[in-house]
Amino acid sequence: MNWTHAGPTILAAFLASFVEFVEALTIVLAVGIVRGWRSALIGVFSGVAFLTVLVLIFGPALSRVPIHVLQLILGVLLLLFGLRWLRKAILRAAGVLKLHDEAAAFEKETKTLKALGLPTTGATDMIAVTTSFKAVTVEGLEVVFIVIATGAASRMLPAAALGATAAGLLVVLLGLAVHRPLAKVPENTLKFSVGVLLSAFGTFWTGAGVGLAWPGEDLSLLWLVAAFLGVGLTAVPLARRKPMPVVETSESEVL
Amino acid sequence: MNALKTAWEEFLSLFIDDGSLAIGILVWVAIVGLLFPRLPNSTQWGAPLLFVGLAAILVENVLRRARKS
Repeated sequence: MNWTHAGPTILAAFLASFVEFVEALTIVLAVGIVRGWRSALIGVFSGVAFLTVLVLIFGPALSRVPIHVLQLILGVLLLLFGLRWLRKAILRAAGVLKLHDEAAAFEKETKTLKALGLPTTGATDMIAVTTSFKAVTVEGLEVVFIVIATGAASRMLPAAALGATAAGLLVVLLGLAVHRPLAKVPENTLKFSVGVLLSAFGTFWTGAGVGLAWPGEDLSLLWLVAAFLGVGLTAVPLARRKPMPVVETSESEVL
Repeated sequence: MNALKTAWEEFLSLFIDDGSLAIGILVWVAIVGLLFPRLPNSTQWGAPLLFVGLAAILVENVLRRARKS
């Protein structure tokens, strides 16, 4: 494996997947703690099995798609995905949108699960199974897309899969260690970075897909990352909500 | 089945959150893909211009959303 080429792919897949795994962990933890671990884990393993089947069905088909077509399709999807993340991260950093709070998400999920009534002891709790299954498939589909999108266009699927697997293992280990949602993860900073990386990848592959030549070829990914980072950081203060000016009113105006 | 439907809807929402951003990206990519190859020397400046257009679409969208709040 050429690490100079594989490095950005591994990093992008790792960071993006890390955010998704953290979100899945929050829901699975809530399900396990409120409704029991057996049913929660059945849901998790069913979700993983479903995703594995999807990858086994669609994965081999990717190698049969001509590289330019693959680059264009994945490039455009990465642009839609990456710029959406970057937009949200900029708006959150500027205070226009509320920051995502993993602890609050955990509280909300716990409350909802408790409100559904307690499960019967011994029986498989279908609410727990479907909730964990849904969490794993929804977040897992995003991880699968991230791995395919960052890896397939450059024929670096193993590198992208390595990044995502490392992120998954890290989140599982952290979850086992702290047994709480990972609320201290600087999620918006991560999403900002991921948005920058995926937007750069998306721009690069879209350009390559429509037959444009990038100055410096693969190295132009680096200036694309720097340029999107610059655009993002510049947009934050521009979008920051300015406090309404305090209007001094004279007594005569009040009266 | 409901869980699968939700998963699919969530998957689509990965790409389309703000419609105008998605449309802006798709229109710009279509312009770059269809028009640039017909212009002289576009392989040299086409790629950097693809980035400039996308950055402009992003900043305009962010500022418009910020003004709305």
